[in-house]
Amino acid sequence: MPTANPFQSFDSSITHKPIKEHKQTFDELYGEPENFLEVEVIKPVTHGNKSSSMYTDYEIVCRTNIPAFKKRFSRVRRRYSDFDSFRKILESETTRVVIPKLPEKSLLNYSNRFNDDFIEERRKGLEKFLIVVSGHPLLQTGSKSLISFIQDDVWDKNKFL
Amino acid sequence: MSFMFKSPLDIELRLDGEDSRETVEVKTAKGRKEKLSLYKDGETVKGQVTIRTRDNKKVEHLGVRIQLLGTIETNNDGIQADDFLSLAHELASPGELKHPETFQFEFRNVEKQYESYRGTNVRLRYYLKVTVSRKSADVIREKELWVYQYQVANSKDSTAALPTTTVKMDVGIEDCLHIEFEYSKNKYSLKDVIVGRIYFLLVRLKIKHMELSLIRRETCGAAPHQMSNSETLARFEIMDGAPVRGETIPIRLFLGGFDLTPTYKDINKKFSTRTFLSLVLIDEDARRYFKQSEIILYRDE
Repeated sequence: MPTANPFQSFDSSITHKPIKEHKQTFDELYGEPENFLEVEVIKPVTHGNKSSSMYTDYEIVCRTNIPAFKKRFSRVRRRYSDFDSFRKILESETTRVVIPKLPEKSLLNYSNRFNDDFIEERRKGLEKFLIVVSGHPLLQTGSKSLISFIQDDVWDKNKFL
Repeated sequence: MSFMFKSPLDIELRLDGEDSRETVEVKTAKGRKEKLSLYKDGETVKGQVTIRTRDNKKVEHLGVRIQLLGTIETNNDGIQADDFLSLAHELASPGELKHPETFQFEFRNVEKQYESYRGTNVRLRYYLKVTVSRKSADVIREKELWVYQYQVANSKDSTAALPTTTVKMDVGIEDCLHIEFEYSKNKYSLKDVIVGRIYFLLVRLKIKHMELSLIRRETCGAAPHQMSNSETLARFEIMDGAPVRGETIPIRLFLGGFDLTPTYKDINKKFSTRTFLSLVLIDEDARRYFKQSEIILYRDE
């Protein structure tokens, strides 16, 4: 009587060292990834009509599933000086992380600061800044001001000074 | 060719069986490559020295000798050379040279404790040196040899004594990234394959790609003048794109394709050379996350 099965695959005859097989679930393979984070700076609006009280603000939209963020979806408005104060607070909160620069202040461009091109350049710069900063793992978990700046309805710099 | 312009003598140094002996191609300081004869520990070094006079002149000398030297040159605080091996044979006593003369030499069963090495700040070399002493300047001719040390399985060498274990580590950034990496062994021969895997437990970062680097770190001198320098010998991309939780990335890295140096620990108390495997993850904003672990390398026959 033959002891070996002639139809046995070669694979099963080779003794494998038991490798811990990690099987992925369907959800893990095809579900929403855990690093979902979309931050946009859009819809610049210039308020006021008296030249002394005019200013431009921008909308920050955030969609995410990262638990460090308070809300999964948020939409808030911020102006340049808010970004400026936020950046200063961020720099003081961390010694290890290099915080990128904001687009330039409009001191040299003061007469043009409500010009469409200037505002668009600024919007792009602010978006780039926020994408880099919000994606940083040490800032996401370590900075108290980051999540507030992006998601709180009102930005109050005094809470962090 | 250490040929002085007005040297009245022509010295030729030849090794026995040079044509049939194995050679090694090494990079010179100028970036070119040269072929050197390969010797092993305990091997005899023998050959001939032929001295010719130019223009048929008579040359008086105070003796001809040949030395086999092993030296470590370090560039720590200026260049220092230290001989750890020095053997000498007299080839001729003081006299006169009229016709070309050939002298045989043999350094029997020479112990060559260390491997030849050409690094960034350190060089270990073995060379033959023929010196014709004269009242005026000596005439010198050198010839470098290359030495390899092969690991013997049961030797008392510290590298061989180290048991082979699997390298397995759990690393990450709290709440952001958590990976488990595993390499088959902690020590490899220079022709081996590194087999392993990276398993992702938590991925909250946007990873762009992952690569494996081989880094050689050379350390010379002792505290407080100790100097280290690192050189990336190879960079190998092992994953392109964003992984998710539960994903396993296999690793298969053939070491034979790279110019690697075995692990040297404290050679003659002067220098060490160690190799590290560096796992690097790069995210969408070009941030780099890395984990280095040492691998012991040895030379196998």
